[in-house]
Parts: sequence; structure tokens; C-alpha cells
Amino acid sequence: MKMLVPPKFRVVRDATRCIGCQVCVNQCSFDAHYYDAEDVVVCSRDENCVACHRCATFCPTGALTITRNPLDYRENQNWHREDIEDIWRQAESGGMLLTGMGTDKGYPIYWDHLLLNASQVTNPSIDPLREPMELTTYLGRKPDKVKISPDSLKLETEMAPQVRIDVPVMFSAMSYGAVSLNVHKSLARAATEMGTLWNTGEGGLHPSLYKYGKNTIVQVASGRFGVQPSYLHAARVVEIKIGQGAKPGIGGHLPAEKVSAEVSMTRMIPRGTDALSPAPQHDIYSIEDLTQLIYALKEATNYTKPISVKIAAVHNSAAIASGMVRAGADIIVLDGLRGATGAAPKVIRDNVGIPIELALASVDTRLRQEGIRNQASLVISGGIRNSGDVTKAIALGADAVNIGTAALVALGCHVCQQCHTGKCAWGICTTDLSLTRRINPEIGARRLANLLRGWSLEIKDMLGGMGINAIESLRGNRLHLRGVGLTDTELEILGVRMAGS
Amino acid sequence: MERNKTATLATIDATSLHYRNLNAQLRDLVAGGTEKIIINNVYGQRYIGTDLNKPVEIEIHGTPGNDLGAFMDGPTVTIYGNAQDGTGNTMNDGRIIVHGRAGDITGLSARGGEIYVRDSVGYRAGIHMKAFGDKMPALVIGSTAQDFVGEYMAGGVLILLGIGLEGNQHKASFIGTGMHGGAIYFRGSIEEHQLGKEVGIAELSGEDRTTLTRLVTKFSRYFNCDAEGILKEKFTKLYPKYLRPYGQLYTY
Repeated sequence: MKMLVPPKFRVVRDATRCIGCQVCVNQCSFDAHYYDAEDVVVCSRDENCVACHRCATFCPTGALTITRNPLDYRENQNWHREDIEDIWRQAESGGMLLTGMGTDKGYPIYWDHLLLNASQVTNPSIDPLREPMELTTYLGRKPDKVKISPDSLKLETEMAPQVRIDVPVMFSAMSYGAVSLNVHKSLARAATEMGTLWNTGEGGLHPSLYKYGKNTIVQVASGRFGVQPSYLHAARVVEIKIGQGAKPGIGGHLPAEKVSAEVSMTRMIPRGTDALSPAPQHDIYSIEDLTQLIYALKEATNYTKPISVKIAAVHNSAAIASGMVRAGADIIVLDGLRGATGAAPKVIRDNVGIPIELALASVDTRLRQEGIRNQASLVISGGIRNSGDVTKAIALGADAVNIGTAALVALGCHVCQQCHTGKCAWGICTTDLSLTRRINPEIGARRLANLLRGWSLEIKDMLGGMGINAIESLRGNRLHLRGVGLTDTELEILGVRMAGS
Repeated sequence: MERNKTATLATIDATSLHYRNLNAQLRDLVAGGTEKIIINNVYGQRYIGTDLNKPVEIEIHGTPGNDLGAFMDGPTVTIYGNAQDGTGNTMNDGRIIVHGRAGDITGLSARGGEIYVRDSVGYRAGIHMKAFGDKMPALVIGSTAQDFVGEYMAGGVLILLGIGLEGNQHKASFIGTGMHGGAIYFRGSIEEHQLGKEVGIAELSGEDRTTLTRLVTKFSRYFNCDAEGILKEKFTKLYPKYLRPYGQLYTY
């Protein structure tokens, strides 16, 4: 069948600069460059280019530029290039469109409509360079009240397990298989260095990473890959994955191309098969069943670890979250519409779920109204891009945030949305050993730790500006937020006032 | 709780005992070196045997609750009564022997060990069982199972012995839907329309026979029935037709 989809990008090679070294040929995992031995010249296959810029970054003479293919369709406000080409793709294959990363559609980013406060005259701001600033956060169930013995001054209340993180930013769940072992190593080392947590995702924990257990959240998802007693015991937190922002309500198929020998071992599935995660967990059909799995895991770990439950932010998240807390979850994780994935049907990624800002505000409000907000920590993810987003999320009610895409970008990801192909030229979202070598875990860990260090400094600066010296004092402190360009309904759901009011 | 000082045997009366206390006692006993524990008067306590990682023997008299032996790693649990849902959920190693029937999702995501059920099981038994290297879980069911048995199976062995089956006919539908590893052996008849789309039918190979004989012999020993008589009759194998049952769903 004639393929109608034209190349999306054009590789522009400056002949005056190209020295024919073939670095681009070797770097491109999508075969967009090739060497023509007959004419002794390096050429391009534009149709294979995904604009990941691996070649342009590594071209020693700067001879390469990637541009959009200027092939324009006739102007049409209803039928955009993407709509037309998607139909062609499906007409040629009969399949579901698969994609990677978070949605690229222009849904509102509420962080960009929220502004933080600062102290002026009436109360002093704090200079974090000279004064201690506290970013320490404790995740886990908090008691309704604490009792201290008047004689010994010791705590009498029995506390649920608490996990201390030194910066309120953790790494999102990204499974081994979706990302490479070197990415897991980078995340684990960075989390250990920075006193925070990384998350195995649902693909199990490679044997070489058990030593990072104190900084590891292990996931129990519908596929139950790699879930064994030693895995649960190694972890700091055990997380039940119900859903993910990029694909609420559906399971996952890790394509066989990414099931390498080691992935096969870690997940306990045959080589050459797709790793299938069913849409539901078949032991959870209700809130009561969720209680059952939460307590199965508490029993399996002898009540020593907080149990986290992760859901995608959907229309009735607030009611679901209330059920989750009552079911016994110590931490609840909300993953918003803009959350990313290693592979998801495009139609789901781009159309299902709600923005994380609205979900966070409504869940926090609901849990407060019901007087149970203390019973679980609230972690959010799905589109956190910078420390400003982190600070606003905490002011809106989160205890901490998870970053996935931002962490991968720190490692070199160019957000080209080809994760599902397993060909990631940056060696991140692939298990091809010739590509995974492109991430050096030591350098990767340094880049990630640097990012968290930079964000910590910025968060402290913002806190100091507000006259606050501990992140705890900002949590849910929505008076430090004001909205711009929002409707009354949006302001009401977010629980913030209009800027100027 | 009574502990026999000479032998390493203990007895627990589970009357009115919350599962948390029951499991705490089991943990303490096993840590203390007790090798056999008899639990009497079990009335629906969940998670019995979870978080035990030694090859101890546990005898349950009564009706244990859901998630019996979930994540369990080594013990042999014998139930004189029926088991409920989620028996052997994500079990890693050990053995569960049910002198009665077991409920839904028996053996869910089991990674190792063996489960023997004298009578029948509920829906989605053996769903997503896995295997790798020498870890090869087995679920042996004396009679039959309900719909979606062996769904999403990625490894391991599931056997339906069809004992006492009415008209010799299994009634489950969607057998082995999404199966992409492992094997199901059954005695009695199954029509083709009862099978998931991803399942093929085959005769048993010599290797299949060896596995079947080994597991049926054990089953017969536990439940005191005639292994030879069972094995004499015809068994059929169900296998995953495709390594990638959903490989054609997507376009890139």
C-alpha cells in the first residue's frame, strides 16, 4: 500500500561543513542518516527523522539542522496536519495509534495561571543564604493527635511508618523495560545522594539495585512483575499502581522489542513476548478490595512501610481519594492528564483524565472537609517542569511531587515522543544494549542530583521571599497563591483568589 | 497458643482472633524455630501465611479468608475446609493444599510454588502466573474452574483433572484468554468455543507427560485418590498460539 504520510522533519546538511565522518550515521537509531559508499557522501532519509537532535548535538562540525518539513497542506481550521496524517496511518495499518511521553495537546497549564506571594514591609522576607530553610518532608499517615507523656516527655502515640525526604521532589515510576537499567541506576544513585526516593515502576527491581532499597519505592501493579517478598522487603515504600495519568483506565503492553534477556528475568516472562499488564488489578474491583491488597502488603511487610496507592487524575478523583485514604493508603499519588508514559494509545493519552492542578485542589479540599487529610500524604505528578510548579503544587496542597519527564530531560531526553519504539537515540527509553550505553549512570546521577540541588535552592528562595522558613508552612497555604486569567469556577475549584483581590 | 517444648509443634486457637494477631503469632513462632503449626477454629481470617519465608508446615482447620498465602515464600499450608478468593496471590514459593474448593483468582500472578485444590475453583484461576528458570508455579485443580481460567498466563502449569465432572464437560468460557506462556492440561472435554482466541490445542509431549505425572502423583497423595486411574485417561494440552497475542494492535 502506498504510504501517504510525508516526512515530518527535514534533515538539513550544510555541505560546506560536513566532513563525512558518519557520526550522525552511527548516532541515529532511526536510520535517518546513511553513508553512500559509491558516491562517498552522507545522506538522509527524512521520513525516519523524529527530531531527537542526537545527530545535531554530536555532529563535530555543526553541519546538521533539523527543521519541520515545510510541505504545507491547504489551510484549514478544521483539518490539521496531524488529523489527516493520523487517519492515513490508521487506514494503512488498521491499528491503534501508539505514542510515548505526555500529551502534546494544548490543555491549560494552571501552574502558569497561578502566582506566588512575597513579603513586603508588613513582614520580613528571609534570606535563605544566611538562615536555615527546611525542605524536609515526612511521608506517611499522621495521627489525629499526638500524646506525649508528661513525665518522660516521650511520644506515647503509636506512629505509622514515616519516610523522610530531604527535598519534596521524587522520581516518578518508570519501569525497567520502559527505561534502561542505566536510567534506573542513575535515578537510584541520585535519589540516594539527595535524600529522596525513586520508583521502580511496575517492571520489578533489577538484582543489582536492591542495595538502593532505602531510597526505593517499589510498585505492585496489575502485571505483578518482579513482586516477591525480597522486593517488598527491600523497599522503603510499597506502591499499588491503579492508574497513570497518560493512560487512565487501561493496562500496558511493553512491546516484545523491549523485553531483553534481563527484562525477561526481572519480570519473569518469556523472551519475545509482550509484557502484558491487565487494565484492572484482578484482585481489586472495589474500595473494599483495595483495602484487602493494602493490608495484604502491610502484612507482607509487617507494618514497617507506608503503602502508597497511585491513581490517574479523573473526574471523580476526590471521592476516590477519600475512599483510598479510608481503605488504608498511607500515601496517595495523583498523576495528571499531562503525565507521561513509555507507550500508550494516543487517543487515550490525549483525551482521558483531568489536569493535575484541578485534581490536586479538589482532592486536598475534599480530604480536609472530611477531616482525613492527615491520614495520608498527597503526592502529585504529571507535568511538573520546574521548581515554580513544585512550590505552587505544595501551596495548593501537595506534600511532595514526582517528576518523570523532567528527570529524563535532565538525562538528555529531547521529548521526541518515540519511547514506544524502543529505539531511543539518547539511550533512555530503550533496552537495546548498544543504545543503553549512551547513559553513563555516574554522569546521569550527577545531572539528576544537580537538577534537584538547583530546584532546592530556588524553592528556598521562593519560601524565603514569602517569609516562610519551612516547606511545611507552605503546604496547602493557598493564600500564598493568586490566580490570573481564570474563570470564577476555576478559581473556586483551585481555592485561590484572583490576583489583585 | 500452646507450644510443644520437645517437638517444634504449636497449636493456635483462632477463635475471635484478628488476622493481625494471628499473623503476628505465626511470625513469632516461625522465627522461634517452630516447624509445624496447627490453627484451629479459623473463621475467615485473611492473609494467613503471608510474610513467612521458611518451609514450615501450617495446618488450618476451618475456613480461612481471602489472600491465603499471598506473597508467601516457602511454607506448606494445608486447609481442611474451603479457601476463599486470592489463594496464593503472587506467591513466590511453598505449597497450598486445599481439602475443599477455592474461590476466585486462585494462584493470581503466582511466581513459584504449588497449589492443589481437591474440588473446583472460581473465576480467573491462575491468571497471570509466571515462570522463569527453575521457578515454575503449578496449580492443580481436582475438578473444574469457572470462566477465564488461565487468563494472561505468562508461565507455569495449570491442570484441570475433571474429577466428578457432570457429563465430563468443563463449563468455563474464555479459557486462556491472553495466554502467552505456560501450559494448561485438562481431562474431560472442552469445546473450541470455550477457548480464548489466543489458545491452541495439542497432544501432550513426553515432557508434558512427565510434568503431568509428577503433579498428579502429588495431588493423589494429598487427597488419597488413584493417580494411575486418573493418568490413564486422555489429557489434552492448551498452549499459547502466539508469543505476542496483542502485537498487531498498534500502529506507530
